[in-house]
Amino acid sequence: MSSEVINLFFYYGFFVVMLFIIGIYCVLATFNLIRALIGLEILIKAVTLLLIAVGYVTAHEALAQSLVITLIVIEAVVITISVGVVVGIHSYNKSLDVRKIRNLKG
Amino acid sequence: MYLDIIILVVLLLASLWTVMTRSILRSAIGLALTSVILSIVMFRLNSPLAAVFELSVCAGLISVLFVSTISITQPYTTEEILKRMKDMFARFRFLPLIIIVSAIGLAFVSIKPVINLPPPEAIKDARVMLWNVRGFDVMGQILILLTGVFGIVILFKEGLKK
Repeated sequence: MSSEVINLFFYYGFFVVMLFIIGIYCVLATFNLIRALIGLEILIKAVTLLLIAVGYVTAHEALAQSLVITLIVIEAVVITISVGVVVGIHSYNKSLDVRKIRNLKG
Repeated sequence: MYLDIIILVVLLLASLWTVMTRSILRSAIGLALTSVILSIVMFRLNSPLAAVFELSVCAGLISVLFVSTISITQPYTTEEILKRMKDMFARFRFLPLIIIVSAIGLAFVSIKPVINLPPPEAIKDARVMLWNVRGFDVMGQILILLTGVFGIVILFKEGLKK
């Protein structure tokens, strides 16, 4: 395994950290529930990129691909359930602003 | 390597646009664009099966889910978007600055760990790895899928009762 591949992994790690910062900032700064879900998606994409890069560097592409397939299945289920919950919240509160959802307060 | 870095920069810009754009529909489209660029990265890193999954599920199914949710809920009208523009800009204006500062910080941090790479794996086929080696995990995936299906059924059942 050449040092060039390891250098490539550090480049990928750099961009993974950047994607993670974007996702966390989106989840923290937004008040819209759908945009928070989009931030969660970007976080999951950062993890996917990291898994694929590690699989490429360690020459374990098959294991990395099977793990990523599992991750994508779980991601789809999580987003589907979350979207259902968001639609339910909207039909009950007529708003997606988290500042107006105070039904569980206290 | 330069092409890889260019693609990664485009991925970063697409995700920034996804987060910072004002219209939430454009945000969902930007998420699909991010998925497409990520699947190109996966193809370049010798992972075609995962890339196809990413392209079909994340860029296809999840984008459709988001767009249909936006059309069901219709979060904001045009006047409300115009009203919220300043507020949104005030909250997200620090994000490019944070990205640039952390990029400069990471570029100056010189991490040189000793990486002991494991030997290459014997199974090179992802399908054999998924079905034969990780068969028990596939059972878990099926259970999670069933959980999702029953969750959606219960959510919409409650909605019908009301």
